[in-house]
Amino acid sequence: MTLKFLGKILNNPIVLASGILGNSKDILQRVHDSGCGLVTMKSIGPFPRDGHKNPSVIDLGHGIINAVGLPSPGYNNMEDEWKMLENRNFPLNASIYGGSVHEYQIVAEFVSSKKPDFIEINISCPNSDKHGMIFGVNEQSSYDVVSAVKKVINVPLIVKLTPQAINIGKIAIACEEAGADAICAINTTGPGMVIDIESQMPVLAFKTGGLSGPMIKPIAIRCVYDIFRTVSIPIIGLGGITTGEDAIEMVMAGASLVGIGSAVRYRGIDVFRKINRELNNWLDVHNYTLNDIRGAAHQQKSSSGTAPACMGSSYKRSGRESESGDTDQSDDKIKLGDCKSGEIK
Amino acid sequence: MMPVTEHSHVMLRISKKKINCPGFATLFFNHAIDFKPGQFIMVWIPGVDEKPYTISFHSKKEFGITIEAKGIFSRQAIAMEAGDIIGIRGPFGNGFEIVSSFSSIAVVAGGCGMAPLATLIEKLGNSLFFIHGARSQQFILYPDRFGVKRHICTDDGSTGHQGFVTDLLEKKIESMQKNRDKLFDMVYACGPEIMMYRVFKICDIHNIPCQISLERYMRCGFGVCGACVCGKQVVCRDGPVFDSDTLRDMTDFNRKALLKSGKIVELDKYVSWRSQ
Repeated sequence: MTLKFLGKILNNPIVLASGILGNSKDILQRVHDSGCGLVTMKSIGPFPRDGHKNPSVIDLGHGIINAVGLPSPGYNNMEDEWKMLENRNFPLNASIYGGSVHEYQIVAEFVSSKKPDFIEINISCPNSDKHGMIFGVNEQSSYDVVSAVKKVINVPLIVKLTPQAINIGKIAIACEEAGADAICAINTTGPGMVIDIESQMPVLAFKTGGLSGPMIKPIAIRCVYDIFRTVSIPIIGLGGITTGEDAIEMVMAGASLVGIGSAVRYRGIDVFRKINRELNNWLDVHNYTLNDIRGAAHQQKSSSGTAPACMGSSYKRSGRESESGDTDQSDDKIKLGDCKSGEIK
Repeated sequence: MMPVTEHSHVMLRISKKKINCPGFATLFFNHAIDFKPGQFIMVWIPGVDEKPYTISFHSKKEFGITIEAKGIFSRQAIAMEAGDIIGIRGPFGNGFEIVSSFSSIAVVAGGCGMAPLATLIEKLGNSLFFIHGARSQQFILYPDRFGVKRHICTDDGSTGHQGFVTDLLEKKIESMQKNRDKLFDMVYACGPEIMMYRVFKICDIHNIPCQISLERYMRCGFGVCGACVCGKQVVCRDGPVFDSDTLRDMTDFNRKALLKSGKIVELDKYVSWRSQ
């Protein structure tokens, strides 16, 4: 199932989340070969940075808590890597971060010259006091970073958002207005903390860390649902997606592509192929395409109280909605003519 | 008793400490752990750091980890005493593959590479060709532990052959060929990467399969963070034990490794960082 995303052809809608593997061309290649449609590099920063001490990643069983802390060789200290990536046979998303609008700009301009297929700006990492999330919790600072970066790059721009924003829909609007080509949501949530009761100390060396994996999926679904209602640019939805059914749920919330991160822990590096297969099986059984179900959960039930048989691919979003967040039912067009067998339950 | 799992740490009290030789100590815990030789655990000293270690002693009710004092963490670790608590999670990774039909086996240990091989040797029994290299006589780990004969070599010649473990391995293979003996079914090795690379090469020339245990800087231990990638392999999850078929395609084996920042560097630069 190939598809087009911001003008590029992808083999499938499955995306490797930034910060997962993503450290070298070799491993990105393997993730691609394992059935991933779009691989994302680990976030690249303005300076060499070691990240936090260990413990920095702990599996809590129902998800992961991490405070890896944005390690990066620094954008201009990766020449060999960029050289190897020149000859890649897969689409590449380069994630970047900075500690100021200016730093984002410097990194973005340089990275753009290395010709990744997309640049993703990380304004959402909770594991540094100076980078990432502090930009993404505020509409103005989100707007400032996105518009500054947009000016200096010539590849499509994806903005990765944090669920810590009080109103993620409004942040998404600010990003769209600043020129973002797509939204990626969500980064890790929390931050959370785990205390070891024997040593009476936080387990993570950084004390707090971002949560990911199955335990955050409902938050991710809600965020993507909110974003879909407010912007018209496409969304990469991620956060706790572990199965094909999870991916379907995320698409119904409004995602065009679906990101995978912590599921690599639970199902191995083949998880990309597995989820894609499960997703396609579900679509086949229900006789839908991805386009048919994108945003399906925004559809209002018919007044008779029975579920509409299908959404139809021409379902239109209302765009920016009133701030109350209430659904404007007049915009919920059900095209019965496109109905296919099978019900959405 | 709280089982040790791959999830958050179980805090264990050190039951005893044994000094192995200058700069080496083994910490023991009266605790059961489900472990296969070659796997590793993440060891956390609250307030200090967390590092991967193999289990060097393993019985139903007890296990031990042998630590060489090198950096801040390991110095602190060997200064700990019985009664102190340490956090453990794991075990992680794949261990050594043991095939019962193997009749001719070699084990090659270099320095603290002895630690992950110790429990393997105990599992394999006494019919194996065992080579152990160390700086000098006093650094031979677990000198009285095994029933099997140990072919020793040292850098300074204070005991055994003065030279490399690979000298002894090559000599043995040559004599096997000369006597028309069947060559080894498997060679297991752990030690400095350059040593393991040479063992691998020697084995490959003679079509002998080998398994080696790699070391890289690690964070998660379960294959998501990417800190320990080596070529296309994720050392903590796909390894740390790798076989000849994988090693042949592993572009960064004995060549490159990642620093903490993720910067990919020549192996010698990585090794000098790790020995700080």
